[in-house]
Amino acid sequence: MSLTSLWRAATQHRLFWPVVALVALLVINVPFTPGFFEIHLKSGHLYGSLVSIVLFGSPLILVAIGMTLVIATGGIDLSVGAVVAISGALACLVVSKQADQGSVAGVLLAFALALAVSLVCGAWNGLLVARLGIQPIIATLILMVAGRGIAQLITSGQIITVNSDAYSLIGGGYWLALPFSLFVVALVVALSMALTRRTALGLLVEAVGGNAEASRLVGIRSRRIKIMAYMFCGLCAGIAGLMISSNVSAADGNNAGLWIELDAILAVVIGGTSLTGGRFHLGGTIIGALIIQTLTTTIYTIGVPTQTNLVFKAVVVIVVCLMQSPLFRAKVFGARARRRGRTQKSPGATADAAPQLEVSP
Amino acid sequence: MSVIETLRTRGEGRRLLQDRRLPVLVTAALFVVMFGFGAFRYQSYGFLDAQVFMNLFIDNGYLLVAAVGATFVILTGGIDLSVGSVIGFTTMLTAWLVEKQGLPLLLVAPIALAVGAFGGYLMGYVIHHFEIEPFIVTLAGLFFFRGLCLVISKESISISDPTVDRLAQTHVPLPGGSFLSIAAVVSLAVLALAFYVLHYTRFGRRVYAIGGNEQSALLMGLPVAGTKIAVYTVSGFCSALSGLLFTLYIQSGDPLHAVGLELDAIAAVVVGGTLLTGGSGYVVGTLFGVLVLGLIKTLIQFEGTLSSWWTKIATGVLLFAFILIQRTMTARRRT
Amino acid sequence: MAEPSPVLEMTGIVKEFSGTRALSDVDFRLFPGEIHALLGENGAGKSTLIKVLTGVHPLDGGTVALDGRPVRITSPLQAQQAGISTVYQEVNLCQNLSVAENILIGREPVGGGRIRWKELRRQAAQLVTRFGLDLDVTAPLGSYPLAVQQLVAIIRAVGSGDPAAGGTGDAGAGTRVLILDEPTSSLDRDEVEELFALMRRLRGDGVAILFVSHFLDQIYEVCDRMTVLRNGALVGEHMVADLGQVDLVKLMIGKDLDELEELGEHHGEPDTSEPFLRAEGLSRAGGIAPFDLEVRAGEVLGLAGLLGSGRTELARLLFGADTSDGGKVYIRGEQAALREPNDAIGRGVAFLSENRRTEGLVPDLTVRENIILALQAARGWTRPVPVAQRDELVAKYIAALDIRPADPEAKTGSLSGGNQQKVLLARWLLTQPRLLILDEPTRGIDVGAKAEIQKLVVSLSEEGMAVVYISAELEEVLRLSHTVGVLRDRRLVARAANGPDITAGRVLEIIASGEHQ
Repeated sequence: MSLTSLWRAATQHRLFWPVVALVALLVINVPFTPGFFEIHLKSGHLYGSLVSIVLFGSPLILVAIGMTLVIATGGIDLSVGAVVAISGALACLVVSKQADQGSVAGVLLAFALALAVSLVCGAWNGLLVARLGIQPIIATLILMVAGRGIAQLITSGQIITVNSDAYSLIGGGYWLALPFSLFVVALVVALSMALTRRTALGLLVEAVGGNAEASRLVGIRSRRIKIMAYMFCGLCAGIAGLMISSNVSAADGNNAGLWIELDAILAVVIGGTSLTGGRFHLGGTIIGALIIQTLTTTIYTIGVPTQTNLVFKAVVVIVVCLMQSPLFRAKVFGARARRRGRTQKSPGATADAAPQLEVSP
Repeated sequence: MSVIETLRTRGEGRRLLQDRRLPVLVTAALFVVMFGFGAFRYQSYGFLDAQVFMNLFIDNGYLLVAAVGATFVILTGGIDLSVGSVIGFTTMLTAWLVEKQGLPLLLVAPIALAVGAFGGYLMGYVIHHFEIEPFIVTLAGLFFFRGLCLVISKESISISDPTVDRLAQTHVPLPGGSFLSIAAVVSLAVLALAFYVLHYTRFGRRVYAIGGNEQSALLMGLPVAGTKIAVYTVSGFCSALSGLLFTLYIQSGDPLHAVGLELDAIAAVVVGGTLLTGGSGYVVGTLFGVLVLGLIKTLIQFEGTLSSWWTKIATGVLLFAFILIQRTMTARRRT
Repeated sequence: MAEPSPVLEMTGIVKEFSGTRALSDVDFRLFPGEIHALLGENGAGKSTLIKVLTGVHPLDGGTVALDGRPVRITSPLQAQQAGISTVYQEVNLCQNLSVAENILIGREPVGGGRIRWKELRRQAAQLVTRFGLDLDVTAPLGSYPLAVQQLVAIIRAVGSGDPAAGGTGDAGAGTRVLILDEPTSSLDRDEVEELFALMRRLRGDGVAILFVSHFLDQIYEVCDRMTVLRNGALVGEHMVADLGQVDLVKLMIGKDLDELEELGEHHGEPDTSEPFLRAEGLSRAGGIAPFDLEVRAGEVLGLAGLLGSGRTELARLLFGADTSDGGKVYIRGEQAALREPNDAIGRGVAFLSENRRTEGLVPDLTVRENIILALQAARGWTRPVPVAQRDELVAKYIAALDIRPADPEAKTGSLSGGNQQKVLLARWLLTQPRLLILDEPTRGIDVGAKAEIQKLVVSLSEEGMAVVYISAELEEVLRLSHTVGVLRDRRLVARAANGPDITAGRVLEIIASGEHQ
């Protein structure tokens, strides 16, 4: 394979541009933070900018992975931020009520409860979408509004603090010199990869999102698939909620996971999964989440006031979406893109462009 | 002729259940029932004081204006998530221009309104011409304007400008000893204007037509592009105006003002009986939606022992109930 | 009827879609005060011709003249301004607005920037009455049945230049050409009468009406002249009175140039025991009238009928893609409630939809994934087909059906129509169905692939599979089937064993007349 064809193959890989963006963002940091890529061992823990990007990016990666599956079915889940808050609030409440906050059994019980409730939240969304046929945006809006209230109800409007080493391990602790959350993320990623690619779930999700009617006619039980996707998304948000609350050893029903749904959707879109559903890319989503986290870090390190973070994000959202819009590409890149678009469309299109006049009852 | 006759009576029979005013009536009835409940329960706490009712308008005037803007967008079948951020941004911009730059409010207000409207116009332009989902575009708007808030200042800016103060304190007296604030009067004027525009102008009817069936609207030769962009412009304008009213109400600018207010606005529109899929609903319904949400807050205040988060839960429950009603209504209509 | 000069004349019309000719050198003319039927099977070019005329598609060749003056129509709006109005099969109005608004929106009477509602209602009511209807114009359009909505659409279309509508902007540009694209497909008998009365009234006013319908009786009832298209070419223009129904059907279906190699006359005899599937009085309102049907293992049941005759609706009922209103289905002697495709699939029924793109393929997925989909759906998500077995199966079927490119990783969206169809066939064959329902499996694919699919059907039936084969091409149906069923006007009108006495001519007669002894 010649160099040019290798280059072409690389640039056409769907992860190429996201990876380039991530690397570019990382490199930008070097002049500002000379030891940016350095990782050193301090008192048995690894420290360094890269480590903290992954550490702080962990909850977002989790939420974004769950969101990827939901978006792949052609849906969306706006309630993940609220679920993050509920899960953290519930776990902190349970731990704080215990006599011995450090007890591992108690913390595990708290986790189990929180995750069970997160699953229920996901199932609720799934039922509204798949059983009642409510538009996903609207269906999940309900829990997005009410969920924050529920989280505050759990914490009684206070910020519940816990003092438990076992609890703070998941979001802030270290294990084998690495942040423990890294292992959690790795586990969830491995699990979701296995769940989607080792079983047939991934294929069926992509079929449902790619062509709902064809999926019905081929006998896929799409309702079940959709409910599972929302439940998985709820579970991921629940774990992220545990992590966020563990990191600060406190639950804040009002602010925990605020706007994380938007970041997660953004990560999914940057990662190359289309909002219309179908093909999904977990790897892309992870890179997308890392890009967002690196962007935040970069803005901080290069000395741009942190408050412009959101403006940057907005610009990124719009640029990414415009690049994905065929109409925009046609207008900006002109005839070339248009011609390509047409030839892509042509095979078979004429046959089916034949008048579809039969009445479907 | 006979066929048409029978068809006609069939149409008459279903008319009542299908009447698009029904959801508004349900919401209005809900409001009355809730108000009656409050009057009964908190009789001795002065719930029946006319001012309690007027305060609903005073405390929720800004929400009403924002929800009216959202009504336009939702009637076309779109959605605007940037409402809260534009409101927050307007409070910051106003506070900053008035306090830090010393500009008169009279000059600042039109600037703020123009910025909001222009922001809405841009979002509408991108939504229509590049066919990107309104959800995503206005989400970017949400980020952008909230980010701009923080760019202006991370700290809250309190306003001590005498004009603002005077406007905020002005009471518009009503017969019976009660009063309204300037903001409440403005919000009611906006409501009336919106009603007029939606029902008595060609633009308003196009809004309904696009929400009913955008493809048909196009084939009927209506200017769909202009109307859609205009609708987001209206929403941006209303958000900015709402931000000005909010500034009067709270007399400060804060980068975290009105976070999540778009959800309240959307909830008010939905509870007011407007279909989220577009084409059906009334701004009057939105008024009742806002009043119901406001009344929940008032009732929780009067109850005393209930905490503020019950507002959110109650809003969520109401939202669920009304979405279910909408769902069954549209399902019946289709068959 | 005296023959004045045509109001519309299209000459040598050419339209291509990415290299494929959808219309080649078509002439079409329309005279004032006539109702003119445009006829043809699926893919004949009717819709394309209408879309070219109304400015939806640009022309690739030929000329259009209105009143003898050449015109270029580039948008639907421009067509309307030129006096060409169109009413589509799906009512393109807004259900949520009132009848009055639907008639007049865009040209509402305005005074001082304010819509004059009273005047609007008065004008609308006047128009409605003028067309002989009696409607409450303030009621939302959606509260009326489709038939009335259809009529309202016509009133809107022709009322545009009407003086009663106070048409100030476009005065004088009254509708001279009205295109009705399958307006009757969802109407019942009485409703059709209402529509015809309106059409005749308009004809009397000198409007030229282009009428598309699949119901031959309707053509003969209301039309004066007709133009027949086939495969994008003009077959002929005739006065309705001069051409009998059988001849018309012959013109529409035509005879295929027989490039296909002859298949052996007799292939395996069907099982004579109990039928695999038996339908009794199965029906669906608006879809197909109650019918009885049986198909045995090893039997090919061919269904012939024109577009819109109910052939697809029948197939969908057998598969549970639509739910039936009445009747029963027995599969292997047991009554089967088919509420979902799943119910049929579980009993060994497979269905290849005629709409490859919308109801068959998942275009984003690869050939391999599309092929494996049905088998995987049947196994459920927890039991993936083992990789080795999957690859082997896919490779086997790619080779057996000669799918090109023979790359299991290719995106199905980029395959040609014939290969896409083979992918879908492979998908179902993998599940080893007992009954295969094929709805127009050879439409829109090249001749080679067509012959291969036909051969496949023969060998499948020889191996004992039951096949329901639906096609608009008579030759194809007659060549492949053991039993032939004929549909017409949403009714299964005839069913007979294929034999020497069942000829194309005989079937044509049944399709044309609906009579069968």
